[in-house]
Amino acid sequence: MAVAESTEAEAQTERAPAKRPNRLFRNLNAKIASIPMVATALLIFVGCTAWTIYHSFTKSRLLPAPDKWVGLDQYERLWNTRRWLVSIENLAIYGICSLILSLVIGFTLAALLDRKIRGEAVFRTIFLYPFALSFIVTGLVWQWILNPQFGIQGVVQRWGWESFTFDPLNNADIVIYGILIAGIWQGSGFIMIIMLAGLRGIDEDIWKATRVEGIPAWKTYILVIIPMMRPIFVTALVLIASGIIKVYDLVVAQTSGGPGIASEVPAKYVIEKMFQAQNLGQGFAASTMMLLSVLIVLIPWAYLEFGGKRRD
Amino acid sequence: MTDATATYTGPHGPKPKRRLSPTNIMLYGTLFVVAVYYLLPLYVMIVTSLKGMPEIRLGNVFAPPVEVTFEPWVKAWAEACTGINCDGLSRGFWNSVQILVPSVILSIAVASVNGYALANWKFKGSEVFFTILIFGAFIPYQVMIYPIVILLREAGEGISAVTGTNFRLMGSIWGLVIVHTIFGMPILTLLFRNYFTSVPEELFKAARVDGAGFWGIYFRIMLPMSLPIFVVAIILQVTGIWNDFLFGVIYTKPDTYPMTVQLNNIVNSVQGVKEYNVNMAATLLTGLVPLVIYFVSGKLFVRGIAAGAVKG
Repeated sequence: MAVAESTEAEAQTERAPAKRPNRLFRNLNAKIASIPMVATALLIFVGCTAWTIYHSFTKSRLLPAPDKWVGLDQYERLWNTRRWLVSIENLAIYGICSLILSLVIGFTLAALLDRKIRGEAVFRTIFLYPFALSFIVTGLVWQWILNPQFGIQGVVQRWGWESFTFDPLNNADIVIYGILIAGIWQGSGFIMIIMLAGLRGIDEDIWKATRVEGIPAWKTYILVIIPMMRPIFVTALVLIASGIIKVYDLVVAQTSGGPGIASEVPAKYVIEKMFQAQNLGQGFAASTMMLLSVLIVLIPWAYLEFGGKRRD
Repeated sequence: MTDATATYTGPHGPKPKRRLSPTNIMLYGTLFVVAVYYLLPLYVMIVTSLKGMPEIRLGNVFAPPVEVTFEPWVKAWAEACTGINCDGLSRGFWNSVQILVPSVILSIAVASVNGYALANWKFKGSEVFFTILIFGAFIPYQVMIYPIVILLREAGEGISAVTGTNFRLMGSIWGLVIVHTIFGMPILTLLFRNYFTSVPEELFKAARVDGAGFWGIYFRIMLPMSLPIFVVAIILQVTGIWNDFLFGVIYTKPDTYPMTVQLNNIVNSVQGVKEYNVNMAATLLTGLVPLVIYFVSGKLFVRGIAAGAVKG
């Protein structure tokens, strides 16, 4: 920050004696260099988002129809579609479970790794490698492991427990948990890394003090360490939440939304309405609902995180 | 909190007392069991891809191969079918390479210059655009996907009309390259901005006194100094773009589909007998590029995702 401000001041003093140049041409090279950023910010992030929101109030079918205004019709139809309701329900279950599990697993693993163990680097490498893999690869591998005939269910049955059933991918009631297993496998290592960075940032003196007081380690974690790591938890929370809303490829690869429509998610609903069902209006309305849910998470966070700083 | 990994000074937890205390057994036991869960899918992928189909039908997913065969790998690479095309996953691989190289170069070139302008050459409004860019990273892609289709189509037609060629952005790899550049911009710009801000002010001032301008300082001072951050950015982009599915499926056509899309089409195709060994060989092949990058780059990969996670 300091660098940039002083440069600006410097640039101004440098130019002061000369004839006052056009404001627009001051620092011209930096402005030219920033054209891609400005274009992305305005045209894509603001422009395209506004375009989609506007068109969600129109009767667009195969082509966008900006002049066929229908008000909230698309939203009314959306919330009366069973498939959308199933999608929302799945997202809620997946979201809550993956939020809790990611935080608990991520923190527990980080805390275990932080206890001066041997081979920390090896464990860390093992826990994080799934994060390097795509959701497609993740989904396909778990589809195979959960295969009822040859996978976990088949193995246990062949061991002699004939009545054992564990077939989440073909059972509409629990299919979302089958996807959850894969999602947690892929993403929890990432949360562990963030938590570990947080734990490493905690002063050694805290541990010394609690040891002198004779407080057991687990109590120190719950009463002292976790409250101290609040910002890290908030960051992790925002990251997990913004990842949950994007869940798409994992479902496509693992179940294709099946059995039936039991594992549909909102992101998939949008893509299918836009590019397969030729029902653009529904796609726009559904994607606007996705945006709305992101804002519900993001605005309070942004307010807490940056609200104070902005004022001064 | 600009660089989470900078705090990796060593374990901070309470010191374990005896080597074989019950706590230690619990600790290593837990870590070991969890490590098995994380490694299981990789193991299953490898053993399945080395078995023949008869052996898969008789055994279970966890059994090691009795007779090792590399035929599934050959078949996955050169013969696996998507629809009527039976030239294997190799086509997807080369498509992905063709998408990857220009996308990585363009996105990093654009973002590094952006970050440099934001750190050292601030102008009025630059911070506003940067804020929009960062918040834009949280907008679900589904909201912007359709308007971008229109923009790419119009821009491609415009270029065709001006140059008198039959150039297309929509459906070609160049459209996808632009999309990757756009959506990689927030995180990469943040990465570079934070890095350039930390470069000592004196260096920049000295260069200014010597009469170096915007591009002079960028190419002769900043670029040579920031090679590590470029490596981090390359790792981040290569894994991210290689693993992308959503943009690939929307902005390219079947003959230019990237590897992830083709993989999903091969494995989840409904026609023919399921060849699980070929499927797993194909899955492993697709995951190989990011896995190799992950295991080779080690700490730099962690640094990349941590920089992406913790906003500055």
